[in-house]
Amino acid sequence: MSEKIHDVIIVGSGPAGYTAAIYAARAALEPVLFEGSLDSGGALMNTTEVENYPGFAEGIMGPDLMLAMRAQAERFGTQIITDDATELKLTGAVKEVTDSDGVVWRSRAVILAMGSGYRKLGIDDEDRLSGRGVSWCATCDGAFFRNKDIAVVGGGDSAMEEATFLTRFANKVTVIHRRDELRASAIMAGRAKRDPKIEFAWNSSVSGIGGENSVESITLTDTVTGQHREVPMQGLFIAVGHDPRSELVTDQVELDEDGYVLTQPDSTGTNLVGVFACGDLVDHTYRQAITAAGSGCAAALDAEKYLAALDDMAATA
Amino acid sequence: MAVTHVKEATFADEVLMAPELVVVDYWADWCAPCKQLSPIIDELARTYEGRVKFVKVDTSAEPGLAAQQGILSLPTLQFFQAGRVAKSLSGGKSKNALKKVIDELL
Repeated sequence: MSEKIHDVIIVGSGPAGYTAAIYAARAALEPVLFEGSLDSGGALMNTTEVENYPGFAEGIMGPDLMLAMRAQAERFGTQIITDDATELKLTGAVKEVTDSDGVVWRSRAVILAMGSGYRKLGIDDEDRLSGRGVSWCATCDGAFFRNKDIAVVGGGDSAMEEATFLTRFANKVTVIHRRDELRASAIMAGRAKRDPKIEFAWNSSVSGIGGENSVESITLTDTVTGQHREVPMQGLFIAVGHDPRSELVTDQVELDEDGYVLTQPDSTGTNLVGVFACGDLVDHTYRQAITAAGSGCAAALDAEKYLAALDDMAATA
Repeated sequence: MAVTHVKEATFADEVLMAPELVVVDYWADWCAPCKQLSPIIDELARTYEGRVKFVKVDTSAEPGLAAQQGILSLPTLQFFQAGRVAKSLSGGKSKNALKKVIDELL
């Protein structure tokens, strides 16, 4: 165990975690940030162009935006640890965060910003063919599907972005969506609908994936009639949403029924004193880079206020 | 020992004919998770020096080799023993998860 008790430890490193670090560092709280060994930068690391982050009139690549936020957090003195928090003990006055080597880090406040992980379809053969034509990362895997017929499942902005990106490589991209209209923003939906390489399979869900060593076909079920049809397909990119990554705190922090961390009204505070939460981990509704950054800022300000109150109590005691 | 970069022409000598366990890391510069996995592979190469050989394949420079090996996802790690794939993993993996896999194969 390290001797030092830090003011604040931030767990997670998307826009929420890095923004919390920028504000906490500028408040002279000398934050320690666990950015994760494999997912530092969060969901935006696997995207291409971000067109809706204010201040970047011409757009910015997701990974570039995250590297800039990281550099900004570091510039003001954030200690960034490229490792995973493997265990959190949050109920006491002194919080404990264990890293992957078993070293325990201690702090008076913790900001949770673990974000969300991609959702699986939950069907047979999805895991077996994962990495063999089933993919959750178009930017990583798209190039292996040159001149192939591939499908994207989902109807939101992520699905439209992936479908549009994949037309660079694919012969044809079929977007599969459960309903007959998209959830995506008008600009993203319009771009996909105008793309001559993109087709839509409306009112359809993927009920099966076929193939021995790699994806060869998928089975679509009509969500209205219940009829099945098998379609030859060499790749299946899944973009059906995300689930909050709250596993580390399940037994300590109050969650809602979907696993999102619950915060107090008009605050980022959780049910535990000195524990704050922000970003996709708490956000059912908006889930944008800018809203995550905003809530990361709020969490740092709330933590700063909490620590100042602790210091005041100690001074008057 | 530095991690060797392997090409299609050197794959047989470096990987298939190697007497020890060989871990092949397939990556590309457009793949963000690959960049995060890379330093973990470098660290494991030091940890297992002399016992396990670690090599990397740049799939954008070596598309033929990636196709031969059936790579459809990045990052992918292949674990070769006596010229055969003993295990294959796709997606980022933590240092501890990889140590467990390697220790089971050794």
